[in-house]
Amino acid sequence: MPHLKTEEMIMNMGPQHPSTHGVLRLELVTDGEVVKSITPHIGYLHRCFEKHGEELTYPMIIPFTDRLDYLASMNNNHAFNLAVEKLLNLEVPRKVEFIRVIVAELQRIASHLVAIGTFGADIGAVTPFLWTFRDREVILNLFENLTGARMLYNYMWPGGVARDFPKGFREEIGAFITYFRPKIRDLNNLLTGNHIFISRTAHVGVLPADVAVNYNCTGPVLRGSGVKWDLRKNDPYSIYPEFEFDIPVGQGTMGTLGDTWDRYYIRCQEMEQSLNIIEQALAKFPVEDATDVQAAVPRRIKPPAGEVYARAENPRGELGFYIISDGGTKPFRVRAKSPCFVNLAVLPALGKGIMVSDIVAILGSIDIVLGEVDR
Amino acid sequence: MGLLDKQIDSGGVVITTAENVLNWARLSSMWPMGFGLACCAIEMMATMASNYDLDRFGIIPRPSPRQSDVMIVAGTVTFKMAERVKRLYQQMPEPRYVLSMGSCSNSGGPYWQHGYHVVKSVSRIIPVDVYVPGCPPRPEALIGGLMLLQEKIRKEKFGVKHEAV
Ligand code: SF4
Repeated sequence: MPHLKTEEMIMNMGPQHPSTHGVLRLELVTDGEVVKSITPHIGYLHRCFEKHGEELTYPMIIPFTDRLDYLASMNNNHAFNLAVEKLLNLEVPRKVEFIRVIVAELQRIASHLVAIGTFGADIGAVTPFLWTFRDREVILNLFENLTGARMLYNYMWPGGVARDFPKGFREEIGAFITYFRPKIRDLNNLLTGNHIFISRTAHVGVLPADVAVNYNCTGPVLRGSGVKWDLRKNDPYSIYPEFEFDIPVGQGTMGTLGDTWDRYYIRCQEMEQSLNIIEQALAKFPVEDATDVQAAVPRRIKPPAGEVYARAENPRGELGFYIISDGGTKPFRVRAKSPCFVNLAVLPALGKGIMVSDIVAILGSIDIVLGEVDR
Repeated sequence: MGLLDKQIDSGGVVITTAENVLNWARLSSMWPMGFGLACCAIEMMATMASNYDLDRFGIIPRPSPRQSDVMIVAGTVTFKMAERVKRLYQQMPEPRYVLSMGSCSNSGGPYWQHGYHVVKSVSRIIPVDVYVPGCPPRPEALIGGLMLLQEKIRKEKFGVKHEAV
């Protein structure tokens, strides 16, 4: 009926919305159920990270890096410490590197579990949410044993880590691996191949590789579009070159290459790869090495003037820290390059001509953490 | 079957006050508004998930403020968000309660000193009933806070507007 005029409506989604993963506000221009454009409004969780970077000494900033991407504290610590160590030209003991890699990969699994669980819940599958949180709890218990905290650890320090592995800890991690491998299979049976899930996610929110690269997306969002880019392989840091693992990329198995399902499935596969890395790290772990894990931690951190940029592969993409030092005990300037912020920027490009309910699916598959978007 | 059920089955009578019944009903089904602000929200989600299972207390998150009784302020309240938090509180029907979870919403927490964009305690915006300390509080602590709130509701007097602590 061409004579019927439709009217555009401006709709607000968030900042209080169960599917925006925090305090994100999306301004939608809709025509009926069809979305014409999406404008994300951010800043509802701006917690002044860069100000803290200027006001505090280097070790004091580490707890604030925990709170950037609060689902992946260990990985944030790692990236920040890489930057500080580069600035100090500090050699990290080999044992510490092993400990770091193991906890970072465990954290990656924990983070992906939350991502998958909440993604399922957004789409209407509540059981995966309960399952993934049950398994995540096992990792959190390990971390609590190691660091004393469940979520925000302040565990890695420049040149070392806060504590050595407690007695029997490696065996516990080994037990976790045996426990968790079948769980991934269960999850795949429950969600990945689920018909309803596939119809909600396949062909939805297709992100072509060139767009992803142009927007500078990283992490599972980029790899979901079929681009093989992972800093652990492409710009190796720590002791990652010593391990063998694959970089899963999207294949378009269920629909189009780069759709929501591909981005989701990358995370499932990455968990398996992380388990492989942990397994190898446990096998190669320098058991005899009695180095104190705090031995290389400088008493007073006062780097020479200069600037560095260091980056690491977070569960959500490339997290970089840019530090300018003026030679004092406090940095002159700290800047965090957040993968979530960059990945969120691609949402308006994906959100043209889709249905309102697809926004939830796309947003869940991009997997943002607002603490890092707003910093 | 418990003793009480048997008594009622055989036509028994339970004598109580309206106040007691109302309070009992309220404290057994405190529906919080399911919205999280920051890291504490993840612990809140963990509390609602399988291991800690808040459902057994009759606590089921609701997506809308119109349907909820309790607001769990889980996370950092920033100036930009403060207005929204207040509006959400105003949208909740009476009786309504507020539980402030975590150091950030208690006092600004780690952002107390240099956080130029952080509200230094949510109690400056809305009245708070229970404060749960921690950064983030453990799920056990959150459950403890919710049980404290239940105790508070149990003692409530009918018709008297509950006052903020
Ligand atoms: S109290 Fe701690 S865990 Fe909670 S929101 Fe604040 S910084 Fe995050």
